[in-house]
Amino acid sequence: MLCAKAPSSLPDQTLKIVIVDESAVRAAILEEGLREAGFTQVVRIAEMTNLLARVYAIDPDVILIDLENPSRDVLEQMFQVSRVVKRPVAMFVDQSDTASIQASVDAGVSAYIVDGLKKERIKPILDTCISRFNAFARLQNEVDVARNALEERKVIDRAKGVLMKVKNLTEEEAYARMRRTAMNENKKIAEIAQSILTAAEMLK
Amino acid sequence: MSGSDRLRIGYIPLVDAAALVVAVDKGFAADEGLDVDLVREVSWSNVRDKLNIGLFDAAHLLSPVAVASSLGIGHVRVPLIAPFNLGYNGNAITVTPDLMAALRTAADGDLADPMVSARALAQVVTNRKMQGLEPLTFGMTFPFSNHNYQLRFWMAAGGVDPDEDVRLVVLPPPYMVESLASGHVDGFCVGAPWNSVAVDLGLGHILHFGCDILARTSEKVLAVRGPWAQENPNRLQRLLRALRRAADFIEEPANRGEVATLLAASNRIAVAKEMVRGTLDGDLKISSDGTRRTAAHYFEIGDARGARPAPRQAAWIYAQMVRWGQAPLSPELLMAARSVYRPDLYDAAIGECASGPSESPSDGIGAFAGPSFNPVDISQYLSAWMQIPRTRPRLVTD
Repeated sequence: MLCAKAPSSLPDQTLKIVIVDESAVRAAILEEGLREAGFTQVVRIAEMTNLLARVYAIDPDVILIDLENPSRDVLEQMFQVSRVVKRPVAMFVDQSDTASIQASVDAGVSAYIVDGLKKERIKPILDTCISRFNAFARLQNEVDVARNALEERKVIDRAKGVLMKVKNLTEEEAYARMRRTAMNENKKIAEIAQSILTAAEMLK
Repeated sequence: MSGSDRLRIGYIPLVDAAALVVAVDKGFAADEGLDVDLVREVSWSNVRDKLNIGLFDAAHLLSPVAVASSLGIGHVRVPLIAPFNLGYNGNAITVTPDLMAALRTAADGDLADPMVSARALAQVVTNRKMQGLEPLTFGMTFPFSNHNYQLRFWMAAGGVDPDEDVRLVVLPPPYMVESLASGHVDGFCVGAPWNSVAVDLGLGHILHFGCDILARTSEKVLAVRGPWAQENPNRLQRLLRALRRAADFIEEPANRGEVATLLAASNRIAVAKEMVRGTLDGDLKISSDGTRRTAAHYFEIGDARGARPAPRQAAWIYAQMVRWGQAPLSPELLMAARSVYRPDLYDAAIGECASGPSESPSDGIGAFAGPSFNPVDISQYLSAWMQIPRTRPRLVTD
């Protein structure tokens, strides 16, 4: 219970943190970061059904949720006076702290805390959040780039096959022809390869 | 005109974002020299927060959220203004086949009458309580939403206390239908197209259109930050003109097909074109047996009269916040709520004279029960409701 927790005398390991994120990888990265920072009571929720009941059952001090999650609106109900609400909860971001708000929204994460929790106790949590979310975004970006490169390779290989068959070329000749066309038309080889595949599909 | 001005505008993929989508995709905004980046969002909290901190210049917003944000209720206080009304009505109450059957058994008249259905609901609630069953659960989209207020208004008129007798839970619209299927909720109030989706899957029955409960309520507005409007009067005027042109375009029945196509696109709302069209026309399948229902006022967008913000609507929203304990009652807050809606800015941009056609219904709201709404003296209006005791027992049972 909130009233059982002394505001600032106890070490911050006592803070119970919930991570609401459908991305298991990102949630794991964040949890690891929080544990490294000394927060031991971290619980992840990946299942959005009955979210509010799950959150209340855990009874956290801090809730972290990714901004891509439509269930963020569910958490807003915590602010309402109603039978299900066990205690007041306030959004972490207050008006005096616009820099933190900007940084967390940019990183794609939002934080809610129990009312009355001191800002300085939350800062390290939010900082960890922001850096881990940004790290995850970079990682995601690298994965996307790699995946695109792989996709392009596949398209080029298939177009090469089409050219070899239709024009009776060797693999090297087929590739050289695509490369030449790409240079002449100022396009990427993958784009030329894609148009070959499209044309082949249409002429089937 | 200062060349091409870039604006970032947030929206939720719903049919009542139509004026924004049409203004951008038909080039009306570009004609005003505006380069608008429409950003699709997944939650109202995101739209509100990104507007509040300046990541968005303007947003498609639940009307009650604009009022709540300006009053500092439930969240940090950020003064927002609404210079353009994007839509009226458009919600519906859908219930599971099981609850529909229970209501039919309990009804003492035609369930199409919301008073009959509300009393039937009270009877079902009592029956369940006597049988020791869990209370009924209803989904709605946001604490500050007409979905919440419509459900509450309807239930309370029949003698059901929305805070004690049933559970009201916030659910993101995309999760509504699956929650109905899983038995997590027994019904919900949501906008298009989600009621139709539930009906098409045989999971729900549309019990009421929102306009059965309240004939005319401001559903979504274009919201901007007050200071932004002061610093960018010219850009705001150009945006309002583009939106008005879009509203006129949508209003023309001959354009409905094109509007439905624009809205249904995968980068906009991403639903079937026919569903959007049915919503625009107010023609919906309400039961899995194929029964259809049409209602001229089910959904009103592109309504020239409705685009001009009506402060009485903001007063109505504030009255609901007071009634349901979200906000304290004070003349100052009422004044602040009313001044969120800015017909003066609309008039300045569109160049219309302020005296539009008289509002219909006569009190501007047209509730199915209770006294006429008085936007100047809401304490008197609310006291009529408070006299109806909100504590049980009040239901006649045998």
